[in-house]
Amino acid sequence: MATPDTPEKNRQAYWRENLRIVAWLMAVWFLVSYGCGILFVEQLNKIELGGFKFGFWMAQQGSIYVFVVLIFIYVRLMNRLDEKYSFNEKDEPKTKDETQEQA
Amino acid sequence: MDVKIWTYIIVGLSFASYIGIAIWSKAKSTKEFYIAGGGVSPVANGMATAADWMSAASFISMAGLIAFSGYGGSVFLMGWTGGYVLLALLLAPYLRKYGKFTVPEFIGERFYSKTARVVAVVCLILISVTYVIGQMKGVGVAFSRFLETDYNTGLFVGMGIVFFYAVLGGMKGITYTQIVQYVVLIFAYTVPAIFISLELTGNPIPQLGLGGDVDGEPLLVKLDKVVTDLGFDQYTTSVMGSKLNMFMYTLSLMIGTAGLPHVIIRFFTVPKVSDARLSAGWALVFIAILYTTAPAVAAMARYNLTNTLQPGDAVDANGSLEFDRRPDWFKKWEITGLLKHQDKNADGRIQYYNDANKPFAVSAESDNGWKGNELVHIPFGKSEKDAKNGPDNDFLVLANPEIAGLPGWVIALVVAGGLAAALSTAAGLLLAISSAVSHDLLKGILKPEISEQQELNASRIAMIGAIALAGYFGLNPPDFAAGTVAIAFGLAASSIFPVLMMGIFSKRMNKQGAIAGMIAGLGVTLLYVFQHKGIMFIPGTSFLGTMDENWFFGITPNAFGAIGAIVNFIVALIVSANTEAPPQEARELVERIRVPGD
Repeated sequence: MATPDTPEKNRQAYWRENLRIVAWLMAVWFLVSYGCGILFVEQLNKIELGGFKFGFWMAQQGSIYVFVVLIFIYVRLMNRLDEKYSFNEKDEPKTKDETQEQA
Repeated sequence: MDVKIWTYIIVGLSFASYIGIAIWSKAKSTKEFYIAGGGVSPVANGMATAADWMSAASFISMAGLIAFSGYGGSVFLMGWTGGYVLLALLLAPYLRKYGKFTVPEFIGERFYSKTARVVAVVCLILISVTYVIGQMKGVGVAFSRFLETDYNTGLFVGMGIVFFYAVLGGMKGITYTQIVQYVVLIFAYTVPAIFISLELTGNPIPQLGLGGDVDGEPLLVKLDKVVTDLGFDQYTTSVMGSKLNMFMYTLSLMIGTAGLPHVIIRFFTVPKVSDARLSAGWALVFIAILYTTAPAVAAMARYNLTNTLQPGDAVDANGSLEFDRRPDWFKKWEITGLLKHQDKNADGRIQYYNDANKPFAVSAESDNGWKGNELVHIPFGKSEKDAKNGPDNDFLVLANPEIAGLPGWVIALVVAGGLAAALSTAAGLLLAISSAVSHDLLKGILKPEISEQQELNASRIAMIGAIALAGYFGLNPPDFAAGTVAIAFGLAASSIFPVLMMGIFSKRMNKQGAIAGMIAGLGVTLLYVFQHKGIMFIPGTSFLGTMDENWFFGITPNAFGAIGAIVNFIVALIVSANTEAPPQEARELVERIRVPGD
């Protein structure tokens, strides 16, 4: 918990906004891979793009670039959201108790 | 210098550096060991995760599979990268907030049940052992070529080294070794790709070279032509099975990626929730460097291989390569059995074409006297007459620099890279298996009173057992390295991912639902895989065979994990809705992990 007195409503609002961000990004994720790379690949293959058929390029190159960008957008949006609801984390490493178990 | 000498030098140096760094950083401070990842930036952690994750399947096998399946091979590219989006968005930050150590531990606590934890351990062991089998296949291929022996000798040498490497210590926890392994493997993968791309298309960036021109025509257009001339499907459009199968295959690999215990563990160790998100992003950047290079490697290798074996016109009886003039690399790969020539029409030439394409085969026979495809491979323990059609896909990445005529040190580098990939992942998996046995099963449930030393001993025994088991199955792999690994992903997709996701996103999910879901999902997937690939992959015990007509809606066993995951979700939701709500503590746990901060 960010602070002991974080109101329940605040958490709920944070979670709802979080879900909305995730839903949007997942929609793009689905569109570039399953949409462009598989379902509509024939239609997109009609478009030629510098030696590539576009559908083929999306399946073997483009979708991967979009995935990378998606995660970094997510990182940004979530950091902003954390700040908005002041769920900022302290810059301390984990306590020894917690980490010892990892060994 | 001779390739063999180069290989000994480069493989030897890379191994010396892994062990050296492990000893150096271990000796430096035990404190650093305990706050594993605590002092490591998300970039470094991402790099280490990438090394942990990219295995023999990615390095040795994947490009070969893509080369021989063309567009259909995209399922591996999208599946093994898109899973990181799921991991970053749906699991990593919450599991980091949970803050404990193993995946079964989370499942046990969230579902307030030791049974759930045991079921999770069983799933984890099944997943990891299958995954290690795939690594063993890759290690066997790499060593057999490197030592110029047959595949099984290569496998035994590989087993010995993996054993030595994993048991040597908690080396896996040391991020720096993995960073070096990443550097070795990415260097080894991209350097030959750059050379080949430059040679073929004049563009040093393989990702662009793939779309570049060869003699004034786009490479992919030329490739389509060269392969269709030999009766194969067009490279850029050949579908793997059906579109539904490709959809399910991709989904299975993506969900499986997000459900792999040894990958998830990496996000438990970063200092903050926001670092968990960022680590996933960096991991994908480093993975994407290899994954966007792979399709270029695949297309160029297929092009070079086809042109080497068919230097003349495809419809000319004298167009194929004469056996006596076959290149050196061909002779060396013959020793491994992964590539063999059977002169069916006794014309002293190597005909490599698609004889399953009936009209093409008929006209090739009447016009040229071709009596079938002559490029075959011989599975382990079989004789020449049991040879299978086509080369073994797994040889292609390792042979690629030789086919392109690159210098000896590049060839040696690729062997070192393949071994780095296989070893880093195998060691990580073996540690995941042994920690599940000793930490979750023994210490957590069966015998909580055992000492730390006993726990350690138990984990070593578990590791030896896992290596022996994986080696045994590696002698008779159910599929190519990437295919075997795909089955492991299917098992992860159908068991671990759904319960983790529901454990975070649903407060209502209870222990009955989770346990029933895991058992149903894993059960359905295992049944489907075993009935087509044999019980525990033992040949001859499959009761339906791998015939296409027996496949459920044409979905291959490798792609069935997605169906298993759907079954898992549905069963869990139905069972949970009809049994009592979870206790207050479980709901509070969910509330707690949903927001960052303390």
